[in-house]
Amino acid sequence: MTNSSGGAELAVTVIGPDRTGIVADVAEALARLGANLTDSTMTRLRGHFAMTLICSAPASAAEVEAALRPLSADGQLLVTVRAVGPDEPPHNGGLPYLLSVHGADRLGIVAAVTRVVADMGGNVTDLSTRLVGPLYLLVAEVDLPEGVPAELTARLAKVAEELGVEVNLRPAGADVL
Amino acid sequence: MSELNEVAIEGWDLAALGEGRVLPVVTAPDHVLSRVGDPVDPTDPAVVALAADLVATMRVSPGCVGLAAPQVGVGVQLFVVNVVEHPKAVTVHGTFVLANAVVVEASRWRPGREGCMSVPDLTGDVKRAGRVVVSGELPGSGRKVTITTDAFEARALQHEIDHCNGLLFLDKVSGAHAIYQRKVYL
Repeated sequence: MTNSSGGAELAVTVIGPDRTGIVADVAEALARLGANLTDSTMTRLRGHFAMTLICSAPASAAEVEAALRPLSADGQLLVTVRAVGPDEPPHNGGLPYLLSVHGADRLGIVAAVTRVVADMGGNVTDLSTRLVGPLYLLVAEVDLPEGVPAELTARLAKVAEELGVEVNLRPAGADVL
Repeated sequence: MSELNEVAIEGWDLAALGEGRVLPVVTAPDHVLSRVGDPVDPTDPAVVALAADLVATMRVSPGCVGLAAPQVGVGVQLFVVNVVEHPKAVTVHGTFVLANAVVVEASRWRPGREGCMSVPDLTGDVKRAGRVVVSGELPGSGRKVTITTDAFEARALQHEIDHCNGLLFLDKVSGAHAIYQRKVYL
Protein backbone atom coordinates (compact mmCIF):
# COMPACT_ATOMS: atom_id res chain seq x y z
CA MET A 1 0.00 0.00 0.00
CA THR A 2 1.81 3.05 -1.20
CA ASN A 3 0.89 6.47 -2.45
CA SER A 4 2.40 8.67 -5.12
CA SER A 5 5.30 9.67 -2.85
CA GLY A 6 6.19 6.02 -2.40
CA GLY A 7 5.39 5.89 1.31
CA ALA A 8 2.87 3.70 3.07
CA GLU A 9 -0.43 5.33 3.91
CA LEU A 10 -0.95 5.06 7.66
CA ALA A 11 -3.87 5.97 9.92
CA VAL A 12 -2.91 7.18 13.40
CA THR A 13 -5.27 7.72 16.32
CA VAL A 14 -4.34 9.37 19.61
CA ILE A 15 -6.87 9.45 22.45
CA GLY A 16 -6.56 10.29 26.14
CA PRO A 17 -6.64 13.00 28.79
CA ASP A 18 -5.80 16.39 27.31
CA ARG A 19 -2.60 18.26 28.12
CA THR A 20 -0.57 20.87 26.30
CA GLY A 21 1.82 19.65 23.60
CA ILE A 22 0.21 16.42 22.42
CA VAL A 23 -0.15 17.61 18.81
CA ALA A 24 3.43 18.91 18.83
CA ASP A 25 4.72 15.62 20.25
CA VAL A 26 2.90 13.56 17.62
CA ALA A 27 3.89 15.83 14.73
CA GLU A 28 7.55 15.92 15.80
CA ALA A 29 7.76 12.14 16.11
CA LEU A 30 6.24 11.76 12.63
CA ALA A 31 8.51 14.44 11.15
CA ARG A 32 11.60 12.71 12.54
CA LEU A 33 10.54 9.57 10.65
CA GLY A 34 10.02 11.55 7.46
CA ALA A 35 6.28 10.91 7.62
CA ASN A 36 4.18 13.44 5.80
CA LEU A 37 1.05 14.38 7.70
CA THR A 38 -1.78 14.75 5.19
CA ASP A 39 -5.39 14.97 6.45
CA SER A 40 -5.93 15.27 10.19
CA THR A 41 -8.60 16.22 12.64
CA MET A 42 -8.35 16.86 16.36
CA THR A 43 -10.92 17.84 18.93
CA ARG A 44 -11.71 17.48 22.59
CA LEU A 45 -14.57 15.18 23.48
CA ARG A 46 -15.79 15.97 26.99
CA GLY A 47 -12.26 17.11 27.78
CA HIS A 48 -10.54 14.08 26.25
CA PHE A 49 -7.97 14.71 23.55
CA ALA A 50 -8.97 12.91 20.33
CA MET A 51 -6.92 13.03 17.12
CA THR A 52 -7.09 11.04 13.92
CA LEU A 53 -4.70 11.57 11.06
CA ILE A 54 -3.49 10.06 7.84
CA CYS A 55 0.20 10.26 7.00
CA SER A 56 2.37 8.87 4.27
CA ALA A 57 5.51 7.43 5.78
CA PRO A 58 8.67 5.77 4.46
CA ALA A 59 8.24 3.39 7.39
CA SER A 60 5.99 0.56 8.45
CA ALA A 61 3.07 0.84 10.84
CA ALA A 62 5.14 -0.99 13.46
CA GLU A 63 8.02 1.47 13.09
CA VAL A 64 5.72 4.48 13.39
CA GLU A 65 4.01 2.92 16.40
CA ALA A 66 7.41 2.40 18.02
CA ALA A 67 8.34 6.03 17.36
CA LEU A 68 5.10 7.18 19.00
CA ARG A 69 5.45 4.83 21.98
CA PRO A 70 6.94 7.48 24.33
CA LEU A 71 3.60 9.29 24.13
CA SER A 72 1.78 6.40 25.74
CA ALA A 73 4.59 5.51 28.15
CA ASP A 74 2.80 6.96 31.16
CA GLY A 75 -0.33 4.95 30.38
CA GLN A 76 -2.46 8.03 29.74
CA LEU A 77 -2.64 8.27 25.96
CA LEU A 78 -3.74 5.47 23.67
CA VAL A 79 -1.94 5.54 20.30
CA THR A 80 -2.72 3.23 17.40
CA VAL A 81 -1.19 3.03 13.93
CA ARG A 82 -2.43 0.94 11.06
CA ALA A 83 -1.78 0.75 7.34
CA VAL A 84 -4.68 1.83 5.19
CA GLY A 85 -5.44 1.63 1.48
CA PRO A 86 -4.73 4.43 -0.95
CA ASP A 87 -7.12 7.37 -1.17
CA GLU A 88 -10.62 6.24 -1.99
CA PRO A 89 -12.34 8.07 -4.82
CA PRO A 90 -14.97 10.45 -3.41
CA HIS A 91 -18.33 8.84 -2.70
CA ASN A 92 -19.95 9.13 -6.08
CA GLY A 93 -22.95 11.28 -6.57
CA GLY A 94 -25.19 12.76 -3.96
CA LEU A 95 -26.11 16.26 -3.03
CA PRO A 96 -24.85 17.80 0.22
CA TYR A 97 -27.41 18.28 2.99
CA LEU A 98 -27.27 19.33 6.62
CA LEU A 99 -29.14 17.46 9.29
CA SER A 100 -29.80 18.90 12.76
CA VAL A 101 -31.37 16.86 15.54
CA HIS A 102 -31.96 18.17 19.05
CA GLY A 103 -34.02 17.27 22.05
CA ALA A 104 -33.98 15.67 25.46
CA ASP A 105 -31.16 13.17 25.82
CA ARG A 106 -32.19 9.53 25.53
CA LEU A 107 -30.68 6.29 24.33
CA GLY A 108 -30.58 5.61 20.61
CA ILE A 109 -31.08 9.02 18.97
CA VAL A 110 -27.98 8.78 16.76
CA ALA A 111 -28.66 5.12 15.95
CA ALA A 112 -32.25 5.69 14.90
CA VAL A 113 -31.61 8.84 12.87
CA THR A 114 -28.50 7.63 11.03
CA ARG A 115 -30.16 4.27 10.24
CA VAL A 116 -32.95 6.11 8.41
CA VAL A 117 -30.34 8.10 6.47
CA ALA A 118 -28.39 4.93 5.60
CA ASP A 119 -31.52 3.04 4.53
CA MET A 120 -32.23 5.78 1.98
CA GLY A 121 -28.70 5.57 0.57
CA GLY A 122 -27.49 8.69 2.36
CA ASN A 123 -23.83 8.90 3.34
CA VAL A 124 -22.74 10.76 6.49
CA THR A 125 -19.62 12.76 5.58
CA ASP A 126 -19.18 14.70 8.82
CA LEU A 127 -20.83 14.48 12.20
CA SER A 128 -20.68 16.02 15.62
CA THR A 129 -22.85 15.41 18.66
CA ARG A 130 -22.99 17.19 21.98
CA LEU A 131 -24.62 16.64 25.30
CA VAL A 132 -25.03 19.89 27.26
CA GLY A 133 -27.10 19.48 30.38
CA PRO A 134 -30.34 17.75 29.36
CA LEU A 135 -29.98 18.84 25.70
CA TYR A 136 -28.67 16.41 23.11
CA LEU A 137 -27.62 17.82 19.74
CA LEU A 138 -26.52 16.14 16.53
CA VAL A 139 -25.37 18.00 13.42
CA ALA A 140 -24.44 15.89 10.40
CA GLU A 141 -23.41 16.62 6.86
CA VAL A 142 -24.88 14.00 4.55
CA ASP A 143 -24.71 13.29 0.84
CA LEU A 144 -28.11 12.22 -0.46
CA PRO A 145 -29.00 10.61 -3.78
CA GLU A 146 -31.20 12.73 -6.00
CA GLY A 147 -34.91 12.42 -5.34
CA VAL A 148 -34.38 11.16 -1.78
CA PRO A 149 -34.69 14.32 0.38
CA ALA A 150 -38.50 14.57 0.34
CA GLU A 151 -39.08 10.98 1.44
CA LEU A 152 -36.18 11.12 3.89
CA THR A 153 -37.67 14.24 5.47
CA ALA A 154 -40.96 12.38 5.97
CA ARG A 155 -39.22 9.32 7.44
CA LEU A 156 -37.08 11.46 9.72
CA ALA A 157 -40.18 13.29 10.97
CA LYS A 158 -41.69 9.94 11.96
CA VAL A 159 -38.55 8.84 13.81
CA ALA A 160 -38.26 12.26 15.45
CA GLU A 161 -41.81 11.97 16.74
CA GLU A 162 -41.10 8.55 18.21
CA LEU A 163 -37.94 9.87 19.88
CA GLY A 164 -39.50 13.16 20.99
CA VAL A 165 -36.78 15.18 19.26
CA GLU A 166 -36.67 17.85 16.56
CA VAL A 167 -35.17 17.09 13.14
CA ASN A 168 -34.29 19.57 10.43
CA LEU A 169 -32.93 18.51 7.02
CA ARG A 170 -31.86 21.24 4.60
CA PRO A 171 -29.61 21.66 1.54
CA ALA A 172 -26.05 22.68 2.37
CA GLY A 173 -25.55 25.37 -0.20
CA ALA A 174 -21.98 26.00 -1.22
CA ASP A 175 -21.10 29.15 -3.10
CA VAL A 176 -18.45 28.14 -5.58
CA LEU A 177 -16.23 31.03 -6.58
CA MET B 1 -17.82 50.56 12.04
CA SER B 2 -20.77 52.15 10.32
CA GLU B 3 -22.59 54.99 11.97
CA LEU B 4 -25.84 54.05 13.71
CA ASN B 5 -28.90 54.80 11.62
CA GLU B 6 -31.71 55.32 14.13
CA VAL B 7 -35.19 55.05 12.66
CA ALA B 8 -38.50 55.48 14.49
CA ILE B 9 -41.41 53.09 13.88
CA GLU B 10 -44.46 55.18 13.09
CA GLY B 11 -47.22 54.73 15.66
CA TRP B 12 -45.06 52.76 18.12
CA ASP B 13 -45.35 53.78 21.78
CA LEU B 14 -43.22 51.59 24.04
CA ALA B 15 -44.33 53.38 27.23
CA ALA B 16 -47.98 52.56 26.47
CA LEU B 17 -47.27 48.87 27.13
CA GLY B 18 -46.97 49.61 30.84
CA GLU B 19 -44.75 47.85 33.35
CA GLY B 20 -44.10 44.20 32.68
CA ARG B 21 -43.14 41.31 34.90
CA VAL B 22 -39.82 39.53 34.64
CA LEU B 23 -40.57 35.96 33.56
CA PRO B 24 -38.35 32.89 33.78
CA VAL B 25 -36.68 31.96 30.48
CA VAL B 26 -37.15 28.37 29.34
CA THR B 27 -34.34 26.42 27.73
CA ALA B 28 -34.03 23.62 25.17
CA PRO B 29 -35.17 20.85 25.09
CA ASP B 30 -38.44 22.39 26.31
CA HIS B 31 -41.04 21.51 23.67
CA VAL B 32 -42.58 24.99 23.66
CA LEU B 33 -39.45 26.12 21.80
CA SER B 34 -40.08 23.65 19.01
CA ARG B 35 -43.69 24.21 18.11
CA VAL B 36 -45.05 26.82 15.73
CA GLY B 37 -46.44 29.72 17.74
CA ASP B 38 -50.11 30.61 17.47
CA PRO B 39 -50.97 33.95 15.84
CA VAL B 40 -52.20 36.54 18.34
CA ASP B 41 -54.64 39.44 18.39
CA PRO B 42 -52.24 42.35 18.98
CA THR B 43 -55.01 44.46 20.56
CA ASP B 44 -55.84 41.81 23.18
CA PRO B 45 -54.87 43.24 26.63
CA ALA B 46 -53.28 39.88 27.53
CA VAL B 47 -51.02 40.18 24.47
CA VAL B 48 -50.10 43.76 25.42
CA ALA B 49 -49.26 42.55 28.93
CA LEU B 50 -47.13 39.74 27.51
CA ALA B 51 -45.34 42.29 25.29
CA ALA B 52 -44.53 44.31 28.42
CA ASP B 53 -43.30 41.14 30.14
CA LEU B 54 -40.98 40.38 27.21
CA VAL B 55 -39.53 43.90 27.39
CA ALA B 56 -39.04 43.64 31.18
CA THR B 57 -37.44 40.19 30.91
CA MET B 58 -35.12 41.27 28.10
CA ARG B 59 -34.02 44.33 30.08
CA VAL B 60 -32.88 42.34 33.13
CA SER B 61 -31.03 39.78 30.98
CA PRO B 62 -27.42 40.84 30.36
CA GLY B 63 -26.51 41.07 26.68
CA CYS B 64 -30.03 40.10 25.57
CA VAL B 65 -30.94 41.73 22.23
CA GLY B 66 -34.22 39.94 21.63
CA LEU B 67 -36.71 37.65 23.28
CA ALA B 68 -39.64 35.72 21.81
CA ALA B 69 -42.78 34.56 23.64
CA PRO B 70 -41.92 30.83 23.35
CA GLN B 71 -38.76 31.62 25.35
CA VAL B 72 -40.92 32.56 28.32
CA GLY B 73 -43.07 29.47 27.83
CA VAL B 74 -45.87 31.01 25.74
CA GLY B 75 -46.25 29.48 22.27
CA VAL B 76 -47.39 32.55 20.37
CA GLN B 77 -46.02 34.84 17.67
CA LEU B 78 -44.76 37.80 19.65
CA PHE B 79 -41.23 39.04 20.28
CA VAL B 80 -39.18 42.03 21.37
CA VAL B 81 -35.93 43.25 19.85
CA ASN B 82 -33.42 45.90 20.92
CA VAL B 83 -29.99 45.90 19.28
CA VAL B 84 -29.23 49.60 19.84
CA GLU B 85 -26.18 48.91 22.02
CA HIS B 86 -24.77 46.17 19.81
CA PRO B 87 -21.50 47.00 17.99
CA LYS B 88 -22.61 45.17 14.82
CA ALA B 89 -25.86 47.14 14.52
CA VAL B 90 -26.24 49.69 11.71
CA THR B 91 -29.93 50.46 11.22
CA VAL B 92 -31.84 50.31 14.52
CA HIS B 93 -35.47 50.87 15.49
CA GLY B 94 -35.00 51.05 19.25
CA THR B 95 -36.86 48.66 21.54
CA PHE B 96 -39.93 47.33 19.75
CA VAL B 97 -42.36 44.44 19.94
CA LEU B 98 -43.94 42.78 16.92
CA ALA B 99 -46.82 40.33 16.71
CA ASN B 100 -47.38 37.86 13.85
CA ALA B 101 -44.22 39.01 12.07
CA VAL B 102 -43.00 37.55 8.80
CA VAL B 103 -39.93 38.15 6.65
CA VAL B 104 -41.18 39.43 3.30
CA GLU B 105 -37.82 40.11 1.65
CA ALA B 106 -34.35 38.81 2.47
CA SER B 107 -31.03 39.40 0.74
CA ARG B 108 -27.27 39.78 1.28
CA TRP B 109 -26.79 36.47 3.06
CA ARG B 110 -23.81 36.24 5.35
CA PRO B 111 -22.56 34.00 8.12
CA GLY B 112 -22.41 35.08 11.74
CA ARG B 113 -22.11 33.49 15.17
CA GLU B 114 -25.23 33.44 17.35
CA GLY B 115 -26.14 32.57 20.88
CA CYS B 116 -29.53 32.27 22.53
CA MET B 117 -30.80 32.53 26.10
CA SER B 118 -32.73 29.31 25.51
CA VAL B 119 -29.56 27.44 24.47
CA PRO B 120 -27.25 28.92 27.09
CA ASP B 121 -24.23 26.64 26.67
CA LEU B 122 -23.74 26.72 22.91
CA THR B 123 -23.21 29.17 20.07
CA GLY B 124 -23.34 28.45 16.35
CA ASP B 125 -22.57 29.84 12.90
CA VAL B 126 -25.74 30.66 10.99
CA LYS B 127 -26.14 32.24 7.57
CA ARG B 128 -28.73 35.04 7.72
CA ALA B 129 -29.89 37.78 5.41
CA GLY B 130 -28.00 41.03 6.01
CA ARG B 131 -30.94 42.99 4.72
CA VAL B 132 -34.60 42.20 5.40
CA VAL B 133 -38.06 43.62 5.08
CA VAL B 134 -40.27 42.39 7.92
CA SER B 135 -43.97 42.99 8.35
CA GLY B 136 -45.86 42.60 11.60
CA GLU B 137 -48.34 44.21 13.96
CA LEU B 138 -47.74 46.51 16.91
CA PRO B 139 -49.15 45.32 20.25
CA GLY B 140 -51.73 47.77 21.56
CA SER B 141 -52.83 49.56 18.41
CA GLY B 142 -52.65 46.47 16.21
CA ARG B 143 -51.23 48.75 13.54
CA LYS B 144 -49.57 46.90 10.65
CA VAL B 145 -45.97 47.97 10.10
CA THR B 146 -43.23 47.18 7.63
CA ILE B 147 -39.66 47.43 8.86
CA THR B 148 -36.68 47.58 6.54
CA THR B 149 -33.41 46.94 8.29
CA ASP B 150 -29.94 45.45 7.96
CA ALA B 151 -26.87 44.05 9.72
CA PHE B 152 -27.40 42.92 13.30
CA GLU B 153 -31.00 44.07 13.63
CA ALA B 154 -31.85 41.98 10.54
CA ARG B 155 -30.15 38.97 12.14
CA ALA B 156 -31.98 39.50 15.43
CA LEU B 157 -35.35 39.76 13.67
CA GLN B 158 -34.76 36.52 11.76
CA HIS B 159 -33.67 34.76 14.97
CA GLU B 160 -36.82 35.90 16.84
CA ILE B 161 -39.18 35.13 13.93
CA ASP B 162 -37.63 31.65 13.85
CA HIS B 163 -38.49 31.27 17.56
CA CYS B 164 -42.10 32.16 16.74
CA ASN B 165 -42.04 29.36 14.15
CA GLY B 166 -40.59 26.79 16.53
CA LEU B 167 -37.03 26.98 15.19
CA LEU B 168 -33.78 27.45 17.10
CA PHE B 169 -30.42 28.48 15.66
CA LEU B 170 -29.48 24.81 16.12
CA ASP B 171 -31.84 24.05 13.22
CA LYS B 172 -29.88 26.35 10.92
CA VAL B 173 -26.20 25.92 11.78
CA SER B 174 -23.94 25.87 8.76
CA GLY B 175 -22.02 22.65 9.35
CA ALA B 176 -21.21 19.69 11.57
CA HIS B 177 -18.48 21.74 13.26
CA ALA B 178 -20.31 25.06 13.37
CA ILE B 179 -21.41 24.55 16.99
CA TYR B 180 -19.25 25.85 19.81
CA GLN B 181 -19.25 25.54 23.57
CA ARG B 182 -19.99 29.00 24.91
CA LYS B 183 -16.93 30.48 26.61
CA VAL B 184 -18.19 33.92 27.62
CA TYR B 185 -21.39 34.44 29.58
CA LEU B 186 -22.61 38.02 29.75
